[in-house]
Parts: sequence; structure tokens; C-alpha cells
Amino acid sequence: MIHARGLARTFAGRGRGKEKEEVKAVAGVDIDVEKGEIVGFLGPNGAGKTTTLRMLTTLLKPTAGTATVAGFDVATQSQEVRRSIGYVSQSGSTSPEARAGEEIMDHGMLYGISQKQAEARGRELFEQLDLDGLWTREPRAMSGGQRRRLDIAMGLVHDPTLVFLDEPTTGLDPQARANLWTHISDLRVRLGSTVFLTTHYLDEADALCDRILVIDHGSIVASDTPDALKRQISGDLVELVVTDAAQAGAAAELLARIADTGVDTDTTSVSARVRGAGHEIPGLIRALDAASIELESIEVRRPTLDDVFLTLTGRSLREDA
Amino acid sequence: MFWRETYIVFRRQLRMALRNPAWVIIGLVQPILYLVLFGPLLEPIAGQLGAQNAYTLFVPGLLVQLGLFGALFAGFGLIAEWRAGVIEAERVTPASRTALLLGRILRDVLQLFVQGIVLIGLAFLFGLTGSILGMVFGLILTVLLGAACAAASNALALTTKSEDVMAPVLNSIALPVLLLSGILLPMTIGPQWLQVVSDFMPTKYIVNAIRELFTGDFFTITTMWGVIWTIVLFAAGLYVGTRTFRKENA
Ligand SMILES: Nc1ncnc2c1ncn2[C@@H]1O[C@H](COP(=O)(O)OP(=O)(O)O)[C@@H](O)[C@H]1O
Ligand SMILES: [Mg+2]
Repeated sequence: MIHARGLARTFAGRGRGKEKEEVKAVAGVDIDVEKGEIVGFLGPNGAGKTTTLRMLTTLLKPTAGTATVAGFDVATQSQEVRRSIGYVSQSGSTSPEARAGEEIMDHGMLYGISQKQAEARGRELFEQLDLDGLWTREPRAMSGGQRRRLDIAMGLVHDPTLVFLDEPTTGLDPQARANLWTHISDLRVRLGSTVFLTTHYLDEADALCDRILVIDHGSIVASDTPDALKRQISGDLVELVVTDAAQAGAAAELLARIADTGVDTDTTSVSARVRGAGHEIPGLIRALDAASIELESIEVRRPTLDDVFLTLTGRSLREDA
Repeated sequence: MFWRETYIVFRRQLRMALRNPAWVIIGLVQPILYLVLFGPLLEPIAGQLGAQNAYTLFVPGLLVQLGLFGALFAGFGLIAEWRAGVIEAERVTPASRTALLLGRILRDVLQLFVQGIVLIGLAFLFGLTGSILGMVFGLILTVLLGAACAAASNALALTTKSEDVMAPVLNSIALPVLLLSGILLPMTIGPQWLQVVSDFMPTKYIVNAIRELFTGDFFTITTMWGVIWTIVLFAAGLYVGTRTFRKENA
């Protein structure tokens, strides 16, 4: 559905003359998305997600590279690309003081659909996206979640086979986000759509996507299923908390025997990564017992996508999320 | 296809404008205020300015002013739309980029047309006399000028994407144009140097042409220059506008 090679975009920066600094927003990315996949484009703010999406949706000319989207070349067949895709931009798609139903009908009609068809399809989408009764409502009088669902309905009015969603849940409360996730998964179930979405939320990428492309500073640093990405991290994080700080050293020694990484000790807390922690923990506890080391607690954390991001880039995604 | 798309955009713009009572009221009250509050001042000195009827002098100026300023500030609405993501959403459809621009300009043109009719109609009550056909042609020139300004304004809006950048630019254009085009008073009463400066103002020729048209002088050099300048500005405005709307497209 999407095949991009060396796609790059440079912006002329601010400043004058020779001081002018170029911003390499996207520094040559390769992307392959197959039919029916839900693929997440994960990266911190400013990583180049929106810029990549705008190139794939014919809104922005790449400075280098090629891309075919839905079988058409974005550079030479932009009309065909536009007909085949839906795009829900980060900033929304409706005027705050327009009426929702009229916005979606006008949008559909710009795709060449008849007014009647556009209305029928619009009302159907309103029903599917829990927007019943909001047909004449103005977007400014809608909740954030409703507005976002309206944006998605707008992007679907012409039945595209491929949908681009730019940060679909940013700024929504947890409940609205979870609700939107269901609707996005439904797109594939109900319409067989291929979905390419960007997010800087790890849980979103984890919950929603078959495959994740991790982007940082304009380059893709990893691409795999969420599970495979997490498996790259060497082991689960095991954290022991001992009652007596004097026994921390002894506990660290025992943990080191099964650990795959160095052991971190912080007064009463001792932690390390352990591959297959589930198998190793019973033995560890017996050994701690035998050495009469008193444990206050033990915690095992599966690797998260944040750990993946941290390992790949040396920075945590959470800090700027 | 192209005209259908233009119509969809135009209809959407008009619908939203008509729902905003302030837009309708201000648009209609503006010309009325000028006529009622400024017209009487001009009446006693019309003879000195070389006009038989104060309103054949005054109404064309007001028309051009409406055409220039109403339309020049049209771009502000576009910035709001751009911020809401509407422009991007429309540009991702297969619709013609020119249609996206033209639909918007047509709304401004329609507004201008209605304002012009109200202005001229009302001026009759105040004592305007002249050639009806000339007034029709004058209104057409005004509308074309307005279309040019609206297109340029939309182009500027889409380039700057900021009201804070656009407002000073427009104001610094608007003021000299207003003062040097002889919109309120004909430039002929000014000193030589002021007249020479104003010779560089295309809009001065347009105002003068509309004044002659109002008095029924169709085939004069002045009228010809006014028509030429209107066509030149119209073509330039549309060219710049469409180019901006097409820019950045793959
Ligand atoms: N139109 C533009 N002009 C100049 N710089 C831009 C423009 N759009 C984006 N950038 C820059 O490109 C980088 C990537 O931006 P973006 O693609 O929006 O990131 P993301 O969507 O991942 O947050 C940022 O540094 C941003 O400032
Ligand atoms: Mg973005």
C-alpha cells in the first residue's frame, strides 16, 4: 500500500544569507506498509512524523526520494493518490463555526460524490463513530473526542482503502483515547482499511498497531512488531527491595548470577535485567532465603516500548510526552 | 468538475458568512454610513471640484474603497481556516486548487456586488444622477478590482499564515493607496508633486474611469486606462493567488 524509498524533506530555516540553517525534517526514510496492516509511526515531537505524512499524502513535495501510495506515484499521480486515501491531519479538518453534517457533505462532494451519496455516507459514518445527533452541531460545541471522531469521519467519507491518521488521540482524556482506539481497530474489521497512524504515545502504538516504525530526528531507527521490538531488549526488569540496606550488597551478588546486564543498587533497591525472569525468580527467592536476606518486595516488569526507545535513542519518550 | 468544485467551496463560504449576522450587518452598514455622514460634507464643494453632481464624484470613490478594502482583508478568514486544518483537508481532496481559491473569491465578490448595489441605490435617494449603464460598468470594474484584491489577500494569507504579519503589511499598503488614489477627493485639487506621485497609483485611474462612466463618458482615454488597469490587476491577482494555492503540491 505504501512503498517509500529514501524519502526526505529539508526546510529552509530562519535567518538570512549564509547563516540560514536548513532543517532536515525527514532525512531519507524507507517505508513499506502492506494491505490491511495497522502501522504506527512512533516518535517524539519534532521527529518528522507529520512531514513524512504530508509527503505521502501529496501535500508536500519531497526534496529527495520516491514513494508510491495505493499503487500510485505521489510525484506524478497525485490526483489518483488523493482519490485513494483519507487523511486526518493533526490540526483537524472543520471550521469551528460550520455545521458538522454540512462539513462532511461538502468534503465528500469535493471528491466528486453526489450530494445525496455524500449525505447518506456521512450519516452512516456518524452512526458508526458514535456521533448520532450531532449532524447540525458546530464543531466548537463538541468535545475533543467528538471533534476527533468527526475528523475521522471526514477522512472516510469517500471510502478510501488507505487512511492516514496524524496523532489521532493527542490531547484527549484516557477514556476518549481508549474509545477512539476501538474505532480505529474497527476500520480494518469493518472496511478492510489499511491504517497508517502517527503517535508519540507508547501505549497507543502498543495497543493499536501490528507494526511500529520508530522515528527519531528524521530517521527510522527501528521497525518491527511491538512484541519483537520489546524482545530486543535483553530481559525483564527485576527489582528487589530489601528490608535492611546492609544486605543490599549480598542481594546484588545473587541477582548478578542470573542477570543479563549489570546490577544497579540504590540503598535498599537492587535491579537488573533478566531474560526469562519468570523461570529464574523461584530459584532466586530460594537463594535469597537460604542467605537469610529479608525481602520487602519483588517486582518484575516486562520491557515496554519506552525501554525500546530508550535503548535505541538514549532518551526516554516519556519525558517530552 | 471545476465549476462544481468552485460552487461547493463558494456555497460553503457563503453559508457560513450568512450565518454570521455581524458580517451581513457591517457589510451593509458601512456604505450607508459613508453616504450619510460624509456625503453631505461633499455636496457644497462639488462645484469647486468640477462635478455637477457631488455623488457622481463620491460614489465611485466609495465603490473602489469597498472593492479595495473589503477584499484586501478577506485573507484573515483564510488564516483562521488554515489554522483549523480546513485548507489542508481540502487540498488532500482531488479538487482543483484554483477552485478552492475561486470559490472563496466569489463570496467576496458577491458581497462587494451587493454592497455596491445598496450604495448606488441609496445614493439615488441622496440625489445621484447619471448614466445607469455607466454605473453598471462602474460596478463591474469595482467587482473585478475586488476579485484581484481578494486573490492577492488570500495569497498573502497563505504565505504568511499569521495575522500579526499580515495586518501591518496590509495597513501599510492600504493607507497610501487610499490617500493617493483620489478615492475621497479627486487628485486634481492637489499640488503638482502630489499629482505626480499619484500617477503611479493604478487605482487612481480606476477611480477616475468609474467617475467618467457614472457621468456617461464611455469612450475616453481616462476610461480606457481604468479598464486596462482593472484587467491587469485582475489577471495579476488571480495569477498570484492560484500560484500560491498550487504551491507545495506534488
Ligand atoms: N513548514 C515547515 N517549515 C520549517 N520547518 C518545519 C516545517 N514543518 C516542520 N518543520 C520542522 O521539521 C521538524 C519535524 O516536524 P514534524 O514533521 O511536524 O514533526 P512531528 O510531526 O514528528 O512532531 C521539526 O523540527 C519542525 O520544526
Ligand atoms: Mg506532528
